[in-house]
Amino acid sequence: MAKRVEVAVNPELRDSRGEGCAREIEEFLHIPLEGVRTLDAFTLDFEVTDGELAALAKEVFSDPVIQVSSTGGMLGAEIFPSFDWLLEVGYLPGVTDNEGRTAKEAVEMLLERSLPHQEKVYTSVQYLIKGSSLERETVEKIAAGLLANPLIQRWRILSREEYEASGGVSPEVPRVTGVSKPIVNEIDLEVSDEELLEISKKGLLALTVGEMQAVRDFYREEQNQAKRAALGLPADKPTDVELECLAQTWSEHCKHKIFNATINYEDEGGNVEVITSIFKTYIQGATKKVREDLGEDDYCLSVFIDNAGVIAFDDDYSLCFKVETHNSPSALDPYGGALTGIVGVNRDPMGTGMGSQLIFNVDTFCFANPFHEEELPPRLLHPRRIYEGVVTGVEHGGNKSGIPTVNGTVYFDDRFLGKPLVFCGTAGLIPRTLNGGPGHNKRTKAGDLVVMAGGRIGKDGIHGATFSSEELHEGSPATAVQLGDPITQKRLYDFLLIARDRGLYSSITDNGAGGLSSSIGEMAEQTGGARLNLDRAPLKYPGLHPWEILVSESQERMSIAVPEENIDEFMALAEKMRVEAVVMGEFTDEGAFHLLYDGKTVGYLPLEFLHDGLPPMLLNAKWTPPQHEEPTFECPNDLTGELTGLLGRLNICSKESIVRRYDHEVQGGSVIKPFVGAQNDGPSDAAVNRPLLDSFEGVVTANGISPRYSDIDAYWMTALVVDEAIRNAIAVGGTLDHLAGLDNFCWCDPVESEKTPDGRYKLAQLVRSSKALYEYTTAYGVPLVSGKDSMKNDYSIGGTKISIPPTLLFSVIGKVPDIRKSVSMDAKRVGDLIYVLGKTLPELGGSEYWAAKGYTGNSVPKVDAVANKELYRALEKAIQDGLVASCHDCSDGGLGVAIAESVFSGDLGASVDLSKAPIDGVVRNDELLFSESAGRFVVTVSPEKKASFEAEMGGSAFALVGEVTEGEKLIIDGLGKERIVETGTVALKEAWQTPLAAL
Amino acid sequence: MRTPKALVITGNGINTERESAHACRLAGMEADIAHMALIFSGEVQLKDYNFLYFPGGFLDGDDLGSAKAGAVRFKYGKVVKEGSKARFEDELLGLVERGGLVLGVCNGFQLMVKMGLLPFMEGKLKQSVSLSHNDSGRFEDRWVYLAVEPDSPCVFTRGAENLYYPVRHGEGKFIPSSNETLSAIEAQKLVPVRYTTPKGEITSEYPWNPNGSVNAIAGLCDPTGRLFGLMPHPEAFVHRTQHPRWTREDLPEEGLGLILYKNAAEYIRQS
Repeated sequence: MAKRVEVAVNPELRDSRGEGCAREIEEFLHIPLEGVRTLDAFTLDFEVTDGELAALAKEVFSDPVIQVSSTGGMLGAEIFPSFDWLLEVGYLPGVTDNEGRTAKEAVEMLLERSLPHQEKVYTSVQYLIKGSSLERETVEKIAAGLLANPLIQRWRILSREEYEASGGVSPEVPRVTGVSKPIVNEIDLEVSDEELLEISKKGLLALTVGEMQAVRDFYREEQNQAKRAALGLPADKPTDVELECLAQTWSEHCKHKIFNATINYEDEGGNVEVITSIFKTYIQGATKKVREDLGEDDYCLSVFIDNAGVIAFDDDYSLCFKVETHNSPSALDPYGGALTGIVGVNRDPMGTGMGSQLIFNVDTFCFANPFHEEELPPRLLHPRRIYEGVVTGVEHGGNKSGIPTVNGTVYFDDRFLGKPLVFCGTAGLIPRTLNGGPGHNKRTKAGDLVVMAGGRIGKDGIHGATFSSEELHEGSPATAVQLGDPITQKRLYDFLLIARDRGLYSSITDNGAGGLSSSIGEMAEQTGGARLNLDRAPLKYPGLHPWEILVSESQERMSIAVPEENIDEFMALAEKMRVEAVVMGEFTDEGAFHLLYDGKTVGYLPLEFLHDGLPPMLLNAKWTPPQHEEPTFECPNDLTGELTGLLGRLNICSKESIVRRYDHEVQGGSVIKPFVGAQNDGPSDAAVNRPLLDSFEGVVTANGISPRYSDIDAYWMTALVVDEAIRNAIAVGGTLDHLAGLDNFCWCDPVESEKTPDGRYKLAQLVRSSKALYEYTTAYGVPLVSGKDSMKNDYSIGGTKISIPPTLLFSVIGKVPDIRKSVSMDAKRVGDLIYVLGKTLPELGGSEYWAAKGYTGNSVPKVDAVANKELYRALEKAIQDGLVASCHDCSDGGLGVAIAESVFSGDLGASVDLSKAPIDGVVRNDELLFSESAGRFVVTVSPEKKASFEAEMGGSAFALVGEVTEGEKLIIDGLGKERIVETGTVALKEAWQTPLAAL
Repeated sequence: MRTPKALVITGNGINTERESAHACRLAGMEADIAHMALIFSGEVQLKDYNFLYFPGGFLDGDDLGSAKAGAVRFKYGKVVKEGSKARFEDELLGLVERGGLVLGVCNGFQLMVKMGLLPFMEGKLKQSVSLSHNDSGRFEDRWVYLAVEPDSPCVFTRGAENLYYPVRHGEGKFIPSSNETLSAIEAQKLVPVRYTTPKGEITSEYPWNPNGSVNAIAGLCDPTGRLFGLMPHPEAFVHRTQHPRWTREDLPEEGLGLILYKNAAEYIRQS
């Protein structure tokens, strides 16, 4: 019989969780309440004596100073005698319960005995709600609408009478029951095409008819049949283990079919071009060109082949970086999806080369307006809930892992209602040389043992890879949602770094999408095969079928190749550090991925077929430039008001309320923090970090994202985000000598079909984006080293379809030779000179300013990489020579916003004459202030460095436009030297800080 | 003269061990980082050190409350000693009795408080104060100003005046078990550091007092001054480039965090 301990904050103290709930219920659901208090319930599913239970309640579950506890089941009535309703929220069976896991370990410590795996502690939260007029259905609404997510949680509601009558809440154990016997099914593919498609759809395989046919044809071949018969497999049909393995490996998520497709691209002039793989042509192609141009100075070490891209850092270390997305899970369960996103991407650098030490995280989110007021289509969560859940998930994942979150962006557009985008990235350091070989290379040998370490396998995350290869639809599976466990992963990580340095393993990779099917399937390529005993996997609960074990995406697991002679030492170390590790098989050179269960072969897939058997896609793209309405309004008289309004736009305003929730300083390497300036609240353009505390060499990272421009042309969107990321890195002291890029494409489905009649246009956007990526990364000489694509970011239920705007996140990472030369964006001193670098053109198409007026327009900013590169090189040198006091990137909101931010971040004022700024074709003052032309900065320079600075800027477009003043007043004169802006910088700052401050 | 030897504990979610050991070394100590598994297995022994350092992090993910499960782990944990099992607690108290120093930062401070190692007024492990959720209900990373109590027995803060460190926590609100406990703590000057405004006035106002701590208490020491814990992170400010405004202020090369470690090293050398 399960026992219960209830714990609550001492009733004399504030219950901030309860207060927060009450506030959110009022704000979100508009339900008036008289108060909420909360308590934690721990359900112990094992035998303990009453004495032990009392000791546990006191010593383990509660804090004697600030909490009260009870084993009587009615603590709620004691701490909040006047409550009317009780709502208890707990996890569904099988869902990760981190606190329960910790509680069990603490119980074991106190009782000095270890409990079997299936005897657990389960946690739940009770919300005691006071509100005399509340009905049961209103409480139900509070549960479903705010406090619980039915995909991972369940709840019970008791009225006060019911609570009294039953003597509190009876313990309910979310144990996984109804266990089925593991079986292997055979699947007959000798059926009609419609039935093939039906098999794919029903099984969530996300394979097309053509792909299903390719699978079927494999089983028709005689030599395959003979081999299969000899292994005891059905000769002419796949087992479910095999079909699932193929579906994972061939998924869009893992195989990037669209990026590897053959595409017929027709431009606006009717010219047709055949592109064989966007990935090979434009992405790998760009890197190849840049590396050739770099010659002996090439700093790339490992590109595209590993979990993260690797570049050189110093003599002792190399640097790796990876950015991933976790969009679909975040749409269903924002907290779990985002948490899993960040701890998931941590495993990429952990599994790069021989494994790296993680040095920072970056996060970029795309949301719909959190203040959205209209009715929501079915299955979509309110953007405010997505916002809160994602922000909190990344907070917990990053902070608890001890990795600083140093950079990121939040971008708002209402089309992200259909799917939010959650980009998470992690960088790491790998020793240049490790046990006699390069640290960035893996060294698996045939005969090495296959070891899985970390978390256990459950049904969670099954079909994550195939699910994210589809749009969000009615049947999107709840098992694709899971919760990460940063502490189990931290233990694993601490253990692996020691094992790595002791030379105990020969190769490592992470278990992400596709689970073991992907990780072992990929590692097997190095030796030419692997044998995997699925029955040896440690399970969260019994009853998983072999195929489920193979494709489950349960978190916190790494796959490791351990030479036989090291296995004892490896396992002993794991045990000591409380990391679960198990030998599941061995790497071979037999040419196949061989899957066994209880000694019997349940799958046998030749690697050649598994990895290269996928028929390439043939797709069509046609580019028809859209024509948007041109704005016709006159230049407003009150440009001060326009500027103030722009500063409060969601895409421009301060994100400090989010950023402060992220530890950006752990590890001690923070040099340019996310917020800088006189009050530590000015927005940095990029981050500079110092990963080695005894060296002054540093790492810069920055990003560019601007999906709005895709509405005009994804080519220029791409050129702009590449330019923006590079420009941001230069602004803080980065250098083009040592900068690498990562591309993360998030697109709406670009494959023409009944569901997507405009597929040719969307694919043309992708082609154009890729062309620009090639053009601009090669022009700037910035090699692409890694990336990812997520191609099905659509929502389609009933008659409603929402497609996200085509989005490219471009991230850069680079080396800073001396962190002490870094520059921040805040104006520093009264009397410093203000310069505008780069030319302003009347380029307001897709700008924030026009968006505020309800227009998109067509005059998208174009990027002149040649001129920009010359300017960036000059600025780099000026910064290295210590000539620049502050430097701020100019992008969203144009010069007006950049100057205002620089000045108010310094608690200063400025007097600026923008008629002196370098311009070309600008005829209106609103164009001058708000155009978003690329390649520009606002810089301040101390007067005694004027001559040297101007000399270094040489022939680039730049101009001295004013000076920093005291008195916190911003004055800007326009084209005809008339006053166009005059206001206090405090008011500007307030407008900029207010919108998201309370979220 | 003794050589200052720091043992920096890590594992199970502790995450500032590297920069903590770095700060110790900059202050002239020898410093080893040891995973707690190696301490429990007896491979690393407290008797070889005179400075025990519990760094910040998220012990057990702060499940059950910050450092709560960690406190159970250390309180009830057994270490292998000369082939048999000894209580970690006894090893720890042995180090204290030998005149060793103990420092807990952030999660390490929470751990010391929940183990009853601070304020340690009765000389035995009994929890008498706590650190609860910030009034804001949120984890926050922001820099705070601290005033140092000149009459505190704390050996770490000797000669220090105003300090400026980051806090990075969600559970840092100091709460005493009773007014008597608070009075005793205050009477014995066991509060070496308090939150202040930028002008140096002790404050209960957010964000200067980032969590709503009673009496603006940011840290505690024991009556000997050798045990010290605080929520802000001194190890995060040992070089000027870690200061949030280093690009606009003239700052000395050395950060304000180092003085705590230098004092500790000096104390050990002299004792």
